[in-house]
Amino acid sequence: MKNNFLRGMSHGIPIFLGYLSVSFGFGILAVSKAGLNVFQASVISASNLTSAGQKAGIDVIAAGGTIIEMILLQLTINIRYSLMALSLSQKLDRSFTTPHRLLASYGITDEIFAVCSAQKKHLTPAYMYGMIFIAAVGWIMGTAMGAAAGELLPASVSTAMEIVLYGMFIAIIIPPAKKQHSVLFVVIMAAALSVVFKYCLPFISEGFAIIISAIVSSTAAALIFPIKDEEVTE
Amino acid sequence: MSLAVYIFVMAAVTYLIRMVPFTFFRKKIKSRFFRSFLYYIPYAVLSAMTIPAIFYTTHNIYTAIAGTAVAVVLAFLEMPLIVVALAASGSAFLMGLFI
Repeated sequence: MKNNFLRGMSHGIPIFLGYLSVSFGFGILAVSKAGLNVFQASVISASNLTSAGQKAGIDVIAAGGTIIEMILLQLTINIRYSLMALSLSQKLDRSFTTPHRLLASYGITDEIFAVCSAQKKHLTPAYMYGMIFIAAVGWIMGTAMGAAAGELLPASVSTAMEIVLYGMFIAIIIPPAKKQHSVLFVVIMAAALSVVFKYCLPFISEGFAIIISAIVSSTAAALIFPIKDEEVTE
Repeated sequence: MSLAVYIFVMAAVTYLIRMVPFTFFRKKIKSRFFRSFLYYIPYAVLSAMTIPAIFYTTHNIYTAIAGTAVAVVLAFLEMPLIVVALAASGSAFLMGLFI
């Protein structure tokens, strides 16, 4: 139990570092754009634990938008978490009872999902709690620091830190893509579609662009390269 | 509209999106197609999120390319996640000193 928690925490260190820098920017934005204070910005980060959704939320708050607008925007941007939650639900350990599921679902973010789905073993609640804990600490601390101090870090350091999370994504997708043609196919197709959305269809939001790119390329791969049984049971 | 209402709505919608499939989906999926789809989804999501967004991260295309290139090479050599992530950031920072 304790071991799994610590293992989750250690796997969460890159997430902690990445969140610290990304949420720092969110903290600055929450103050400058929506006029929030340190406490309010931190409450948003603690209760949402998501980057794009929070930035969009700040936009709605700053513009005095309607609740319907807030709901639709959050749904659009964050619906990808449903796919991630569904995918993770297939590799949960038996010890993952309903109360554990209710708690741990709070922490399904892009990065936590990425690290969890790269695990060979079944996921235990303690492992996920360890990772969620350290990630949330980084996210909330970064927000509070950003909101409080504005520019603590020199720009050369803070902008270089923005790439941390993406570096981690690359470290997750490249090794399997090297070994399996099917994964390489998915990675290239999803990236290509995402580029098409960004430059040819810029009116489609980033959240939707990611969902459509991912669904189309995974469907294509599932049709062309259906997996053998042992690959899922691992 | 009070700020508390906005924050509550944001948090509730975001939580429900995560909680409902995670908590109520208990069965092992039998369909080979759907299992294949779920096997590929993580790679597809991460790839679509990374490209082209990674080239906009450091506010400078050259530092972003340096960071990306280093990350790709180290990932190809199967270095640990933290090494790849920090080396990407470190090389973007170093590149930034020269331009």
